[in-house]
Amino acid sequence: MAKIYVDNIEYEVPDGKNMLEACTSLGLDLPYFCWHPKMHSVGACRQCAVMSYRDENDTRGRITMACMLDANDGTRISINAQPAKDFRAGNIESLMINHPHDCAVCDEGGECHLQDMTVMSGHNYRRYRFQKRTHNNQDLGPFINHEMNRCIQCYRCVRFYNDYAGGGDFGVFASSGRVYFGRSEEGTLESEFSGNLVEVCPTGVFTDKTLHKHYTRKWDLTSAPSICQGCSVGCNILTSERYGKLRRVMTRFNGDVNGYFLCDRGRFGYEYVNDEQRLTRAAQKDQNSGTDAFSAMKDHLASNPKLIGIGSPRASLESNFLLKQLVGADNFYNGVSAIENEVVNEVLNVLVKGNVRTPSLAEIETYDTVFVLGEDVTNTSPMIALALRQAAKNLPKEKAFALKIQHWNDAAIREVVQDEKGPFYLATPYATKLEEIATSSVHGNTKSLVQLSSKVADLISKGGDHQEDNDFAYRVANALTLSKKPLIVSGCGMMSKEIIRCAANIAGALRNAGKEVGVVFSVPEVNSLGMALLGSAGSLDDAILQTEKESGMTSIVLETDLFFRTNSQKANSFFEHSGKTILIDSLENNSTPNADFILPAGTFAESSGTMINNEGRAQRFYQVFKPNNDIKSSWAWLDMLMHQAEKERNFDAIVEEMANSVNAFQPISGLAPHADFRIGTQKIPRASHRFSGRTSMNADVNVHEPKPPVDEDSPLSFTMEGYHGKAPSSDIPFFWSPGWNSVQSINKYQIEVGGPLHGGNPGIRLIEPSESGVSSFEVNDGSADNGKIEALPSWFIFGSGELTAKSQAIMKRIEPAIISVSSATLKNSGIEGNGKITINSGEQKLTLPYKVDENVPAGVVLIPYGLADTMGITFPIYGNISMD
Amino acid sequence: MEKPLTEHIKNDGTPLSLKEYEAKGGYEGLKKALKMTPAEVLTVVKDSKLRGRGGAGFPTGMKWSFVPMGDNAPPVKYLVANGDEMEPGTFKDRLLIEGNPHQLIEGMIISAYTIGANMSYIFLRWAYHLAAKRVLAALDEAYKAGYLGKNILGSGYSLDMDLHTSVGRYICGEETALLNALEGKRANPRNKPPFPQVSGLFGKPTIVNNIETYCNIPHILAKGAEWYISISKSEGGGGTKLYGASGKVKNPAIWELPLGTTLGEIIEEHAGGMQDGYKLRGLLPGGASTDFLTPDHFNIKMDFEEVAKAGSRMGTGTIIVMDDKTCPVGMCLNLEQFFAQESCGWCTPCREGLPWTAKILLALEEGRGKPEDIDHLTFQTHYNAPGNTFCALAPGAMEPLQSALKYFREDFEEHIHTHQCKYKH
Ligand SMILES: Cc1cc2nc3c(=O)[nH]c(=O)nc-3n(C[C@H](O)[C@H](O)[C@H](O)COP(=O)(O)O)c2cc1C
Ligand code: SF4
Ligand code: SF4
Ligand code: SF4
Ligand code: FES
Repeated sequence: MAKIYVDNIEYEVPDGKNMLEACTSLGLDLPYFCWHPKMHSVGACRQCAVMSYRDENDTRGRITMACMLDANDGTRISINAQPAKDFRAGNIESLMINHPHDCAVCDEGGECHLQDMTVMSGHNYRRYRFQKRTHNNQDLGPFINHEMNRCIQCYRCVRFYNDYAGGGDFGVFASSGRVYFGRSEEGTLESEFSGNLVEVCPTGVFTDKTLHKHYTRKWDLTSAPSICQGCSVGCNILTSERYGKLRRVMTRFNGDVNGYFLCDRGRFGYEYVNDEQRLTRAAQKDQNSGTDAFSAMKDHLASNPKLIGIGSPRASLESNFLLKQLVGADNFYNGVSAIENEVVNEVLNVLVKGNVRTPSLAEIETYDTVFVLGEDVTNTSPMIALALRQAAKNLPKEKAFALKIQHWNDAAIREVVQDEKGPFYLATPYATKLEEIATSSVHGNTKSLVQLSSKVADLISKGGDHQEDNDFAYRVANALTLSKKPLIVSGCGMMSKEIIRCAANIAGALRNAGKEVGVVFSVPEVNSLGMALLGSAGSLDDAILQTEKESGMTSIVLETDLFFRTNSQKANSFFEHSGKTILIDSLENNSTPNADFILPAGTFAESSGTMINNEGRAQRFYQVFKPNNDIKSSWAWLDMLMHQAEKERNFDAIVEEMANSVNAFQPISGLAPHADFRIGTQKIPRASHRFSGRTSMNADVNVHEPKPPVDEDSPLSFTMEGYHGKAPSSDIPFFWSPGWNSVQSINKYQIEVGGPLHGGNPGIRLIEPSESGVSSFEVNDGSADNGKIEALPSWFIFGSGELTAKSQAIMKRIEPAIISVSSATLKNSGIEGNGKITINSGEQKLTLPYKVDENVPAGVVLIPYGLADTMGITFPIYGNISMD
Repeated sequence: MEKPLTEHIKNDGTPLSLKEYEAKGGYEGLKKALKMTPAEVLTVVKDSKLRGRGGAGFPTGMKWSFVPMGDNAPPVKYLVANGDEMEPGTFKDRLLIEGNPHQLIEGMIISAYTIGANMSYIFLRWAYHLAAKRVLAALDEAYKAGYLGKNILGSGYSLDMDLHTSVGRYICGEETALLNALEGKRANPRNKPPFPQVSGLFGKPTIVNNIETYCNIPHILAKGAEWYISISKSEGGGGTKLYGASGKVKNPAIWELPLGTTLGEIIEEHAGGMQDGYKLRGLLPGGASTDFLTPDHFNIKMDFEEVAKAGSRMGTGTIIVMDDKTCPVGMCLNLEQFFAQESCGWCTPCREGLPWTAKILLALEEGRGKPEDIDHLTFQTHYNAPGNTFCALAPGAMEPLQSALKYFREDFEEHIHTHQCKYKH
């Protein structure tokens, strides 16, 4: 700890901080622009100026940038001294001379850090009388708007996009007053993390294009704490609504998970919520809809038909749990293919039985050596890729720290680090984007990757020095053995149980060698691991066999499009063999025409629930609004069906029942405050105290103000009434603090800047390894059928996600479905010229155009996962290819 | 009067060849140095009281002593010669490079040996095409003669040297921006600490010195520190200094004179005084980024201490003379437009403040000045003071302006009140 003095008051602060961090952590208000709690200091904007004094006898002091000043024992500054105040006011005035002052039409208005800092710094009268410089703006693609004239040249955007996230198609151009931030030429931003520019930029240069289509000011939005459903990482998000439409998704800081950032799938993949294909009415095939339809369903269930339930990894734990209760454990199936079910169960198996810990997303950034096996994390769990990019800088950074360069001295650290990365190794079926930062990488089919990784595990177990051998497996084994904190990353992307085991075995061997090792698995969907923990009687394939065996059962299909999960033959067979089918889902899809009854399910925007991410972290999401139609949380429908009731029990009751009946889920009852939680007597408002238009919003329908809906399921209210102080960390609906209207107000919610939220970061880990856990799992490398072509999925951040792919902005980024194959493989199969190729395994057959990619291993073809033309395929396929 | 740096420069405009240089005692300093340990060479340089000629006058030996040495020192270190010389009014390094490139090269080799660098760069102003040609030719000769490359003169010490021609930005002369430029990055300066001696080029220990600074080194080694101190007239530093004068003097040129020669002697004797019909009103003693001095200051010695005491900086020692027929406001405008254009755009006061300053000065010159403009110009000089900005460019830019506001304030006021510039008629 260090004793510092701010305006003659003594404070104790942790060592190694700069004065801006220290003051901000102490709750003091000091304006800044270029400093970012995650990207640290570069001293460019000069807005954080304070007076610094040598000692208590120094009465003159000098202007110093707080962000570049060590908070050492005895550091003495003044924020309030007049020269510092004058400097900051003058600095803002200067920043503003070219600014267009177009707040009224700027999407940042009302949550603009520049507005806040201008007010805080006390500049209000414009003296500059000359012409402003102007810039041309660029079309940066479907996600991000560009209005360069609002730029205040803080350099945060390039520092995030290039230095932090590893982007290469963005930069800063020109000099002096003309500096320009954008691309060398107009075009779509290529980084998977481009959306963070919206939050990183302190003013309205980069704004959310999807929000712009239905723009609402922050103060008029109704917002809720939620969980991204885009992949298994479960990033914490804020959802915002007005007029029954989801308007945008923003980052909800969680120091254990995604911190300050999101990926573009998560941020822009929400638009399906507003889609015209939404199911909004309870309906009965060819008959009535609304209440009558639901009554008909109840009546049908009252006749006690034999039931079969299809659960879903994209539905909440509560919904799956209630379906399991309703149909009985023996009749409850996981709505994914047999192979996916097997692979995900294997992930759970090695995490539960193994002796290696799986780190949180935030912890991934702390490892020093990485081996990625089989997984294209950039496309399956993008934020893991961003975290790995940070991990790759850890060892190189040590060199800077050895030179006594401070941890916050960002540019100086980067100077020492240069382009050095790693050690970072990749063994995947195809070239992934992380190869940009890899020490070395290899590509192979399942069999060769299983052999390779088994060898790595073996070498580590044997210990010893393998320095002289240059073989890839040796090099990986050496690097991992030399590391203090190695990390093994894998996942379900290859749909191979053996790959999961191999990753676990490498991690286990390192654990046995005394390493502080971690293992990370990406699983296919937001609640895949939750489903595995809940347990089921089998996969969708098993369910289909069951219906074929015992036709006429009433099936209840929860948030599953069978045609996405399996081929149409099997899906059709399921519906044909089912008696009545009740489908609970949010969007029309190929399964809906086959249902006898439909119950419209809330998406994450209209429902609340719990999801378990790839780390085994249970996380709560809350509905942001109550829709004006039949839509309900799936668990609510199931509860009503189960109890033959007109109304569901409240959410807490269901969580309680679940926590009591599933051992693993016991901690979940303490995940977040219960619905009766009050601060004083008040609920937590989803709307800001400045929310406008409430009395008139519905006036086109009825001049009487409708009674606001009541939320019986959470401590949150749907209106602006309630406690406007800080909510418990799991229940923060938006970040705001007096004078801090932008996302920068997150500072005010943290114990220390960049640190955990007050009250602890939300979420509860359900899986911990045991010391006595297994370190080796049996591996069978006979996976590949000899002589056959292996078709593996290639993953796409934009397109492979079932629901996000139905969002307009995302749709503009989806690539056409094309098979990738190397020329050697084509030649071996006697294929020449342009056209389409067919892969045929007997059971599955698919014809698509192809492109040659020499990075694809011989004997392997890659098929994009989950696109309109490729959905329902079960990977891997072993077969042969021929020209169509 | 001894003129070690320039005495051998030929009058016919051609550079000294290697042969000619050797005939005049060239590379003797190097031979001597290679027989000493780096630590011994460093002691000689320290004792010589050589101070950097790039503008700030930092003691060269002390600068070098911060480079990590010994067995645990990083294996890769660099040495860089700063030949950016884009300071308006300054052209001394050009003379040294064009006239005697081997003197620079020899100085750099000795310096690199002292800090244990095996790679060195000459960073040259873009416009110095002739200098570039001559450096390349001299490098070629030096390599062939074994002064560069592996195992120099059988000493076991190796050094490579390369020429880098800049793209022509004033900020590239700032040593940390120079290093970024050399790495192929944007020429934004870096924060210090870490200093280049610890983390310089490509994050490795690096020394950057001015061209003239290096040119002193062979002579210090050849003739010793005592001799070097003896040829100076300054208390604070040894050696000679290249002084220059431009403007309406009779004989604008560069002269090598003892460090500490008085301002009056330089102007009156060497520059020959003012041209007929012109009176000296003020001068910038060391390039565009130094404060005005006036004829009242003719008695002061042109060295780092006395010029500072007089309220300016010796800078590069190349004097820009302002006569009585030149508008001080116009001269400031010219300078501030240059500095505004050359701002790297990294920090707010400079990026926004300098263009604003230039626009106000233009308004004054065009008769659009307003009474509050003087206050605003004064504000800019405070706002861009040292420490307030990220590097020294902006404070330097403010030096002529702040002193012009002090010495020639009535001219600014007159521009505002009469809505015109009287010098234009
Ligand atoms: C804007 C700016 C421009 C500079 N230009 C030059 C230059 O052209 N040549 C030079 O030697 N030093 C220049 N300097 C000074 C260098 O930063 C550095 O102090 C110098 O090269 C050190 O050499 P010395 O110790 O030999 O004087 C400049 C400094 C600033 C702030
Ligand atoms: S675009 Fe935004 S983030 Fe980038 S420099 Fe300008 S104000 Fe800063
Ligand atoms: S990484 Fe996954 S959970 Fe996180 S924002 Fe992206 S899609 Fe959502
Ligand atoms: S003062 Fe600031 S903007 Fe100006 S050149 Fe230096 S770093 Fe760049
Ligand atoms: S925040 Fe300190 S200089 Fe920008």
